[in-house]
Amino acid sequence: MSESAITRTNTRPPFWRNVRVLSIIGQVIFVVIIVVIASWLYGNVTAGMRRINIGGGYAFMNQPAGFEIGVTPIAYTPTDTYWRAFQVGIVNTLSVTLLGVVLATFVGLLVGIAQLSSNWLIARLAQVYVAIFRNTPLLVQLFFWWSAVFLSMPRVQQAITLPGPIYLSNRGVAMIGLRGTATFLPWLIFVAVGVVLMIVTVIALRRHQERTGQQSPRWLIGFGLVVLSAAVGWLILGQPLETHVPERRGFNFVGGFQLTPEYAALLLGLVIYTGAFIAEIVRSGIQGISKGQKEAALALGLSPQRSMRLVILPQALRIIIPPITNQYLNLAKNSSLAIAIGFPDMYNVARTISNQTGQVVQIVGLVMASYLVISLFTSLIMNLYNRSVRLVER
Amino acid sequence: MTTTPLIERPKTRFDPIDWSRKNLFSTWYNALLTFVAVAIIFAVVRGILGWVFFRAEWQVIAVNLRLFMIGTFPIDQIWRVWFTIYLAAALLGFSWALWPNVVRDIAVAYGSALLLLALLPFSLNNRLALGVCALLIFGGMWLARRLQPKLPWFGRGVIIAWLLLLPFFIVMLRGFGGLLPVISTSQWGGLLLTMVLAIFSIVLSFPLGVLLAIGRRSQLPAISWFCTAYIELIRGVPLITILFMAQNILPLLIPGGETIDAVMRAVAGFTLFTAAYIAENVRGGLQAIPNGQTEAAKALGLNPVLTMGMIVLPQALRIVIPSNVGQFISLFKDTSLVVVAFSVFDLLGIARSVVSQTDFLGRHTETLAFVGVVYWIFAYSLTHLSRRLEQSLGVGQR
Repeated sequence: MSESAITRTNTRPPFWRNVRVLSIIGQVIFVVIIVVIASWLYGNVTAGMRRINIGGGYAFMNQPAGFEIGVTPIAYTPTDTYWRAFQVGIVNTLSVTLLGVVLATFVGLLVGIAQLSSNWLIARLAQVYVAIFRNTPLLVQLFFWWSAVFLSMPRVQQAITLPGPIYLSNRGVAMIGLRGTATFLPWLIFVAVGVVLMIVTVIALRRHQERTGQQSPRWLIGFGLVVLSAAVGWLILGQPLETHVPERRGFNFVGGFQLTPEYAALLLGLVIYTGAFIAEIVRSGIQGISKGQKEAALALGLSPQRSMRLVILPQALRIIIPPITNQYLNLAKNSSLAIAIGFPDMYNVARTISNQTGQVVQIVGLVMASYLVISLFTSLIMNLYNRSVRLVER
Repeated sequence: MTTTPLIERPKTRFDPIDWSRKNLFSTWYNALLTFVAVAIIFAVVRGILGWVFFRAEWQVIAVNLRLFMIGTFPIDQIWRVWFTIYLAAALLGFSWALWPNVVRDIAVAYGSALLLLALLPFSLNNRLALGVCALLIFGGMWLARRLQPKLPWFGRGVIIAWLLLLPFFIVMLRGFGGLLPVISTSQWGGLLLTMVLAIFSIVLSFPLGVLLAIGRRSQLPAISWFCTAYIELIRGVPLITILFMAQNILPLLIPGGETIDAVMRAVAGFTLFTAAYIAENVRGGLQAIPNGQTEAAKALGLNPVLTMGMIVLPQALRIVIPSNVGQFISLFKDTSLVVVAFSVFDLLGIARSVVSQTDFLGRHTETLAFVGVVYWIFAYSLTHLSRRLEQSLGVGQR
């Protein structure tokens, strides 16, 4: 046998066929192309900005704003800077998002479980709700709630009065408001102590149940401790909260807790729209658990409600959490539609600033960065929760 | 010998009393819920029907129907729109014959709806046109059934025809110098504009999304990093900011960009946005294909391009049909945002502007209800189509 056939040492292909070299060359070419295109675009943008005479930088945000904002959860006057106006917008967006997320989850869970109810009528009603509100655009629904419902309410003098009292008029929703008195903050310490006691008792009772098998209504006892501690604080310190009722004065209501029609319409529209999507996710999560689980739970003697609460839902949470995270992010981003109905959220305020100052490029960057921060933060929190419910594999 | 009492034989025929006992009144709280639900349904339906037939003033829709459908499109050129609709109806009929499992419900529903609409008191031209459309759907089905056994390339031909319909539609609407007078995009409006925006963006975003998904999963870090950054950036911001960026920054990015008309900018914004979401869906599908498929393809001697195109992508795309169609439905509904970001008058934009006519001030509910129903019809058709498509492709069963 000839030596040369076996002792070939150089088996590397030439560099123009070597996959490693080619991939590096390919990436270098790709990066060069991207950098060339990016610098060309950047050059165009700066030239265009110079042409329309807008500078760079964010110094213009320190000028006085000069426009009113309808809903100001933090103090704001038109003489404050643009930065302050933008902060008001961010607070508005965050308040709508947080409240919307909580309420939409409620609605979605309710409707999702109702879709699988043994009562045929309830199941069909839930399906009709989901079919209607998933298939119409959110903007149409927002306009409907705003102009056809809230703005069409009677005037303040003939406001609809619900028990509460809750007044519905075309100026919005007015209900009893709570205000903290001087003793509010010390009272909160009592409440905090109660909450700590609740956590300790609940954990201790659960450990007791795991060790000895004796059951006890631990959540009931825990809540009872919180209420007890709050009552003790109330008695010792005096009244920490006082109510004030809205009263008609002139053409408006004064006092109490008021929601503008824009805020109410935005919240209602977002909750109902996102609730329909969350209902579908909950339904698919529950149906994704194999039927054997439910049958085994029923065979063990658990009632349908207990089997849902103790067996199905905990497993369904694994399937439900990632898509629900998407829906929360969608709700946060859909709140930007507030501009269509005049609610001063972050995007609306940013558009006003950009219209007044003309500095579109910086404003667009600022708005996109803010929404990115909100999205990343929400994803982070939901991923931490997801880690606690997902399957841990070897 | 005593006999034990017989258990009632299960009823094989539908018995309403038995069914109600099991489904509506099985326990006491179920019975309570049924009563409450019936009361709610009764009140709501009576309120809605009372409003629709007695209190609503539908003149605002009837007078402005042309605005709603085609915006300010010149009326003497309307034959171009009708011609494209005729072609689409014929293709729908052919598709019905070729793929009855998927298309039959939609085709029958649209055919019957068009026939019913032809009986309503519109102008004679419009009624004739609607009738011709319905005829084309049913006639096309009949013709295709006769032709299909004789022409083996018929199925492929119909698919190519559907794909070519979109550029044909755009060319017909736009016109080209000499043969067809040019109609600028600022005159397109109403449902016509909504369809153009939605279909154009769907068709353009799909290949871009697939490329981004493949790029994100690439082994080369530069490409993977770039695709990931693009996807995460676009997914983290609202659509309306992307549209705002397309409206204001696109002209700065490209020299002479001020001349790009608003419809093109809107389509660019929608495409960039949807491509990122399609990329995430397709990435999920690609992840579900086991490595064995790629290895088997390599063993058979297929290069990476052929592996991806012929083995991996068809399986992956089939898995993610539900999510992709859901994304397209969202895109169709999100075209309503152009009324906020640009000042183009699509279906919702016409609805908002019609309300400021002096005759119809404040008729919000009628216009929004009409627009809502139109959106609902198309969105629900897409949902139904996708469910049938999944069933026929066996998604979730194999």
